[in-house]
Amino acid sequence: MRREIPLAITFLIGIFMLVDFFVPHHVVSSSAEEMKQWGTIVIAASILLGVGNLIRVHFHKIRRRREGWGYSITTLAIMGVMFFFGGPWGTIEEGSAFNWMFLNMQVPLQSTMFSLLAFFIASAAYRAFRLRSAEASLLLIAAIIVMLGRVPLGQLLTRSWPEAIQLPNMTEVIMAYPNMAAFRGILMGAALGVMAMGLRIILGIERSYLGGEK
Amino acid sequence: MNAAMTMKLLRCFSFSAVVLLAACAWAQDAEPDTAAALPLDTIPPAPVTGLSARDYVDNSDAGDKIELTWVLSPDDGGGAEDVVSYQLWRSGGAEAEWDSLGTAAAGETRYRDEAAEPGVDYYYGIAAFDGANYSERVSFGPVAGRANFFQSSRMSVLVLMLVFFGMVLVFTKLAERGADLFVRRIPGLNAIEEAVGRATEMGRPVLYVPGIGEIDNIMTIASLTILSHVAKITARYETPLIVPTARAVVMSAAEEVVKEAHAAVGKPDGYNPDNIRYLSDAQFAFAGAVNGIMLREKPAANLYMGAFWAESLLLAETGFEAGAIQVAGTAMVSQLPFFVTACDFTLMGEELYAASAYLSREPKLLGGLKGSDWMKVLSITIMTAGVVLYLLNPDNAFVAWFSSW
Repeated sequence: MRREIPLAITFLIGIFMLVDFFVPHHVVSSSAEEMKQWGTIVIAASILLGVGNLIRVHFHKIRRRREGWGYSITTLAIMGVMFFFGGPWGTIEEGSAFNWMFLNMQVPLQSTMFSLLAFFIASAAYRAFRLRSAEASLLLIAAIIVMLGRVPLGQLLTRSWPEAIQLPNMTEVIMAYPNMAAFRGILMGAALGVMAMGLRIILGIERSYLGGEK
Repeated sequence: MNAAMTMKLLRCFSFSAVVLLAACAWAQDAEPDTAAALPLDTIPPAPVTGLSARDYVDNSDAGDKIELTWVLSPDDGGGAEDVVSYQLWRSGGAEAEWDSLGTAAAGETRYRDEAAEPGVDYYYGIAAFDGANYSERVSFGPVAGRANFFQSSRMSVLVLMLVFFGMVLVFTKLAERGADLFVRRIPGLNAIEEAVGRATEMGRPVLYVPGIGEIDNIMTIASLTILSHVAKITARYETPLIVPTARAVVMSAAEEVVKEAHAAVGKPDGYNPDNIRYLSDAQFAFAGAVNGIMLREKPAANLYMGAFWAESLLLAETGFEAGAIQVAGTAMVSQLPFFVTACDFTLMGEELYAASAYLSREPKLLGGLKGSDWMKVLSITIMTAGVVLYLLNPDNAFVAWFSSW
């Protein structure tokens, strides 16, 4: 029964959602909408599981003095501080300590991580564009055209050339035809993959996501 | 002329100039009044044509919506070009009184009545308005709204879906009966076992990142099916498997998957719950924490499977710098170039969904894979035929019908 009940629920809900896509009757659509809201609530409530896991993992690390246990103390301490200020004085109210810490500590830290992406892109692009093979050379040429074609310099350099081979126009051709063809090919394959996977899950053929095939 | 006389003359001249200027200003102000005195527009605009009304079906249909369409008045965008709006009316019967329904702006050819009683026959009227006069009223009816049980605009989706599902089920049955189904080699999936083997030889853990998608994301579910296979291999080799997650429900599902995988290979004691970690829901906090794991715990193999956004390159580049063998898989087209650049192998789009069948070689799952392949053949055939027919004759009736279907 440990497998059969989740599979039966998956089958019934899956079929119902499929029916909702084709049946516009308000009785069906309002029930489906209600169900989606339940899903959102369940997912939001599950954050408690995450917090429990976080405390357990870091507590074990500190107790066993594993490598980097000092970071675990910092993690738990900061979580405690956020809880302390978030509980009684609110979280999103302007001027609250929680909101201040969120805006002045968490947001800048996240922005810093995001801005590091520029350096990672540079190092990844250097490797990708090295002339190692015919494909890499093609990639390099296409990348140079697209990058220059997207900035005013590209237009400036080639404005006296015939229109068809001006960099902005070549960029448009590369993006609209070979790039879009590959993009759509991958997208269509993925869409069929999603449908096949969805059918396998609804029919209970695919069940390893439940923790085992049997 | 003495000085006093000169001053008097100057004053008189200045006064006259001021009076003259005031008179000119008054005359200018008075000009619009002169224009207003022109005869009023008494010519009504030409009426609309082709008014029709139909039951409108949307995704939540209670039968209370009726959509009106019409062809613009010849004086809207042409002719006298003086139509400013369209007045709409509704009545409950051919002889009943008209009630005002609303207005549509000039240039509009569509209006939706969203307050109709389901099943009641209505008549609709429309007249063009030029700011002073209404055109002759054009009416249409009767028409009634009803709550529909089928979204007819999705007929094509239904037919193709049934064909596709039929193919999947046929191939699944064939596979169950022992038919030999050829599946092309996917190097990225073959590399998973190799990567785990390498980590085992080096005595270092395997890192499996199931993306940052929620559990309702199909990529996350596909990732959990791959995690099940990876966890069996690591459990067999007794290699630590670290699974950092960004969603609490995914963490809970991953715990179950890894625990069951250990039980399935007869090594339940090898399961370490501390290795299935919830890190943070925040995208870059999660990326920072995973990067920290890569640099501190030095996994020898990093597997990224699931839905990734901007954090993909942050993870893959850090893993590359740490010297781990990396295999990624996602259907997020915008992130694929980053994974291709920074990882040793990448599963693109459908390969992620094929992984479970490919790795398990279970006949039932392989049937689904073959069904997808044949559906792709059918889609490519239809598209090629459409392009050829269109190139031969752009007015081809079949192409027009098929495009609008």
